[in-house]
Amino acid sequence: MTVTSYLGAIGAAQREAMEADPRVIIFGEDVEANVYGTMGGKSRADKGDFLQMFGPNRIRNTPISEEVMVGAAAGAAMTGLRPIVDLSYSTFLYMAMDQFVNQVAKSRYMFGGQASLPVVFRSAMFYGLSTAAHHSDRPYPMFMNVPGLKIMVPSTPTDAKGLLRTAVDMDDPVMSFEACLLWGMKEDVQDGEFRIPFGVARTVREGKDCTIVAISTGVPAAMQAAQKLEAEGISVEIIDPRTLVPFDSQAVLNSVGRTGRLVIADPANKTCGAAAEISAIVAEEAFDCLKAPIMRVTTPDTHVPFSPAIEKQLYPNAEKIADAVRKAMAAKTRS
Amino acid sequence: MTLANDLLLEMQRRMLRIRLFDERASKMVKRGEIPGTVHTSIGQEAQVVGACMALAEGDYMTGNHRSHGHPIGKGAALGPLMAELQGKATGVCMGKGGSMHLADFKVGSLGESGIVGSSIPIATGAALSSKVLGTGRVSLAFFGDGAANQGCLYEAMNLASVWGLPIVFLCENNQYALSTPAHTVTAGRVSDRATGFNMPGVRVEDGQSVLTVHDAVRTAVDRARAGKGPSLVEVVTYRFNEHSEGLRLAVDYRNAAEKESWLKRDPVKMFRSYLLEQGVADEATLAGLENDVAEEVEAAVRFSEESPYPEPHVAFKDVYTVPFGVTQ
Repeated sequence: MTVTSYLGAIGAAQREAMEADPRVIIFGEDVEANVYGTMGGKSRADKGDFLQMFGPNRIRNTPISEEVMVGAAAGAAMTGLRPIVDLSYSTFLYMAMDQFVNQVAKSRYMFGGQASLPVVFRSAMFYGLSTAAHHSDRPYPMFMNVPGLKIMVPSTPTDAKGLLRTAVDMDDPVMSFEACLLWGMKEDVQDGEFRIPFGVARTVREGKDCTIVAISTGVPAAMQAAQKLEAEGISVEIIDPRTLVPFDSQAVLNSVGRTGRLVIADPANKTCGAAAEISAIVAEEAFDCLKAPIMRVTTPDTHVPFSPAIEKQLYPNAEKIADAVRKAMAAKTRS
Repeated sequence: MTLANDLLLEMQRRMLRIRLFDERASKMVKRGEIPGTVHTSIGQEAQVVGACMALAEGDYMTGNHRSHGHPIGKGAALGPLMAELQGKATGVCMGKGGSMHLADFKVGSLGESGIVGSSIPIATGAALSSKVLGTGRVSLAFFGDGAANQGCLYEAMNLASVWGLPIVFLCENNQYALSTPAHTVTAGRVSDRATGFNMPGVRVEDGQSVLTVHDAVRTAVDRARAGKGPSLVEVVTYRFNEHSEGLRLAVDYRNAAEKESWLKRDPVKMFRSYLLEQGVADEATLAGLENDVAEEVEAAVRFSEESPYPEPHVAFKDVYTVPFGVTQ
């Protein structure tokens, strides 16, 4: 075990994948200089490690051309490479929507299984950091609406490392949504290679009164909420799905079956968001278990403003999550 | 360059395969035997075959909605292609792509794209594989004059140039993007745009001559294979049929004289005459070839018609490697 940051864990997973398989390459904007800190050693200060370790054939700076970055990664994956593409900010994904939706997601299907696309698209969600609307989105729900893509949303260094390694080894395209607010989070992470399966949720905390399904930065916020609520005598169970596609609905249904209440903490926008989908699954499959309406704690349907004075209020935080749990606990159910 | 006689005959055979396959498909559309929309390559056979035959067997290729000619030109079997057009289980894409989205990975056909220009980055990625893995394979991206104004083409040309990728960007300029004349929406010549990306750009004015096309593309392929990077080849050609089969437009956007002059330059007939004049083949040989291809096309139609439609569960297959979620 080594104390490792979220960012360091992403770097370690990439380094181990590059060492294990010569077909793995990394390309993206500014990857050679390790600008975002995931192409180096244990800290951001270790610049350029990957370029020295793996050379310019496998570590490649790209022009600012998202469409060809994404499409070329798909073509390379179809012909024997296993690319990891660093798209830096998640809002830049929009530049390549045609390639993501029409090529990356559909090629295996449309060509009757002839195409295999072992490729990972990494992007960072910079919300909560005064980068304004062009740099702050949490766009994973849009991609949940596209069959053929897998989606990971790690909330801890361990999950970031284990999921990313699984993603690189998988023959389906994966989108990794990494939260910048978690970059500095540190914990003991297992040394060497390990893999965390997709579609298997993690029970962050056990409890009996209310289930919180928490996504990305929703997880630490839900943990804080749980501590407050514990002092009030409310026992909360927290489930981190870790991957949204595939989604471990059974883990959520089992938990709601025990607690009878569900709050979802999702930093994406409310409409058609991950929380909306999870709510619908539980309403369809476990309606009889519910003692209270399902509560969604999301970012409201507005854009992210620049000024920290008005940005910070928008995201799910411990207080909002705790309030939602209190409401669920107070809800009168029909007998 | 002097080409061996068997290669010349193979060119004619492949052009005939495209011509007769597409003529048959056109009839089947009219009879309601092929669902959806179909775009034929009739009139453009020289441009397709000249380019495909400049590639080696293991080389990669992508294309567009005018999709049949490319895999046929690259040597794909006709039965699974026809079955795909009819939406059969034995189709090359299991009945999930159809006429506009053929792919036959066995012959390096990595897929045709229904989104104009969208397959160009895919071919670029295949060229990256070749470069990183050192396989020596060349990629060829077919795209039309319509796609010449898509941004992804220039992203791809730039990336291919700075990375020295083994790829040929091949613009099939049939002069109309559906009904829109290329000269009304395209500034300058497509081939001239290569200059901006520091790569050779050539324009083949006589795209109805399979040998002229082959020569130009061969030069570009050789350059790519030698590690000297990408090229742009623009080939001027003409589609003889409407944009898609059965399309009826109120406006005749192509004038009669223009059409007439291009119809006189039928690539299949022109090359047939050339083969006779040059003594490459006699009348009997060519008639035999035509008969063989006609039989091959009929066998493909029989194969397709005798094939079953896909089972309902196939609609959920190959969304992912290992299925999850909805599977039936």
